[in-house]
Amino acid sequence: MNANALSNFGWLVRREYWESRRGFLWAQFWAAAAILIITVLGIIAGEVLKARMGAQVDVHMGVSLTDILRNATAHDTGQLAKALDATMLLFGFIAAVVLFFVVFFYLLGALYDDRKDRSVLFWKSLPLSDTGTVLSKVAAAIVIAPLIAVGITLAGYLAAQVIVSLWLVIHAVNPLPLWTQGEPYTVWLRLVAMVPINALWGLPTVGWLLFWSAAVRSKPFLWAIIVPIIAGVLNFWIGLLGLPHIRHDFFWGDIVGRLLLSIIPASWIDPNAHNYAMRFRDSHELAAIDFPAMGHALMLPQMWIGVIVGIALIAAAIWFRRWRDEA
Amino acid sequence: MPKRQTWHGFVATVCEQTAAGRPVLRIEWAQEEILMSATSALDETSVAAAPATVIHAANLTKRYGKTLALDHASFEVQPGRIVGLIGPNGAGKTTALKAILGLTDFEGELSVLGLDPRRQRPALMQQVCFIADVATLPRWITVKEAVDFVAGVHPRFDRTKCERFLSRTKLQPEQKVRQMSKGMIVQLHLAIVMAIDARLLVLDEPTLGLDILYRKQFYQSLLEDYFDENKTILVTTHQVEEIERILTDLMFIRDGKIVLSTEMDALGERFAEVMVNAERVEAARALKPLDERQVFGKSIFLFDGVPRAQLEDLGEVRRPSVADLFVATMKGTYA
Repeated sequence: MNANALSNFGWLVRREYWESRRGFLWAQFWAAAAILIITVLGIIAGEVLKARMGAQVDVHMGVSLTDILRNATAHDTGQLAKALDATMLLFGFIAAVVLFFVVFFYLLGALYDDRKDRSVLFWKSLPLSDTGTVLSKVAAAIVIAPLIAVGITLAGYLAAQVIVSLWLVIHAVNPLPLWTQGEPYTVWLRLVAMVPINALWGLPTVGWLLFWSAAVRSKPFLWAIIVPIIAGVLNFWIGLLGLPHIRHDFFWGDIVGRLLLSIIPASWIDPNAHNYAMRFRDSHELAAIDFPAMGHALMLPQMWIGVIVGIALIAAAIWFRRWRDEA
Repeated sequence: MPKRQTWHGFVATVCEQTAAGRPVLRIEWAQEEILMSATSALDETSVAAAPATVIHAANLTKRYGKTLALDHASFEVQPGRIVGLIGPNGAGKTTALKAILGLTDFEGELSVLGLDPRRQRPALMQQVCFIADVATLPRWITVKEAVDFVAGVHPRFDRTKCERFLSRTKLQPEQKVRQMSKGMIVQLHLAIVMAIDARLLVLDEPTLGLDILYRKQFYQSLLEDYFDENKTILVTTHQVEEIERILTDLMFIRDGKIVLSTEMDALGERFAEVMVNAERVEAARALKPLDERQVFGKSIFLFDGVPRAQLEDLGEVRRPSVADLFVATMKGTYA
């Protein structure tokens, strides 16, 4: 890539951000802000109720604030670290959920919306290659949007820590242990390190959604969902007849799951994405997103088969972008 | 040519604007042609780099299922011309433009500025601009973002020029396309396109749905601030009357074929409209007119390539309007 192509690519990615910043940035911002606002409202309500009628109100923010108060008072740093982990996890989890939905629908519309409103004709009037255009959308989905999500997660966490510190000060407890805990400062590093792993793991979904976005005349969402469902029903029916078919758990977990859900952050921890939500109810899960786990994910055959499938689908999307002709 | 003058007197009432506007433009173009030959003599390298023909198409064929959108269409477009590609709905205008812009695959031979639109699209688009009807700008983009983006990716875009064009409009930098009227969207698009130093500008129904003020302004800006001897404009439109005065060349397309390709200057020499009194009608019909219609009890015949002296014998001769020529040529298209 020469300097010119690189600069063009930068502008293409910027364009994607301009168009989708409401999803990439503001959806994340308001999700984190909602947690913070609810926390503050909860703290105020708790204090007012306590002052009025001596009721004990417990505010939860991924973890009970009363627990944090007790741990901070008792200088139980181990427990405190765990509590802070849970707070970080809450912000990370919300950001991940938002990221999944935003990126899923972003990809479905990425090569379809501009064909629908005919603005593709404006983009195609500029000296840009279709390969660069499609790859800029891939980059927006698996690099830009996740990095913004990580940034919001950290900002939300820091804001929460400020709020809790103020609350501790009101209760005459030293908030300093909250800030000297080392753990949260390494978590951000893990979150950033996770971005490329998520990106590689998510490629089959990225390719699948972009493929339908570029290929169909209308309703990419329906195609992307219905094709696997029909294939699954056919596979089931063939199985019923006792003919050779694809094992059902493999079909739904390793094929359909990967094509539709592998952009869920950290879903490589358990290659069967459908187990993911359940596992994350356990608040120790943040520890599972560590560097050895990432290394392990890179050695899974599913990872690299998925990467190949993803690249093939993206290549097909580029071809459709170049030659799809709306008569 | 004394007869020409009577011809002028004849049409003055019918289409005064046409007759008033044309001679001025003609003189301008004639001067530019002289200027161009002078510069080409001085600077031979730039002339060698620029191919003589802007568009060369031979046997262009495109099928959509069973329908032939282009049927062995062949044509050429020379630099410094304003070419109107005119045809009824479904005649293949848009398909031809898409082929030229590398937006669709096709059979046949096509070179645009010496490049193959199928294989060298990004390189070609540095030299070619197009406005495909109104309102193809993305609705979410702001004026500033659109200008920033094009400035970022287009090596031949002149930002100062674009801002100068924009300052003549009411557009605001933070204004989104979705907040603009159709006319304003075209103003923005035109400001961007005119700031790009391209050699070929393709316009596909650029003024569809605009009111007369925006339409006039559109073509006036193109002529005053954009068009010169190094640029070529290829335009399709239904509003033939409006662009008739600015065209230098005319192409009619019908059923995927180019059925007429002529310079506007030659149009008056080749085609003639004659108003014939009832007693001469049979004599006129014997000369095989393209078309015959009745106005106020007289017959108006349209002839292709019949010597002028012969026609003047029949009645008053005038140059036909493009619209009349179009209607005569396309007769039976929708039947």
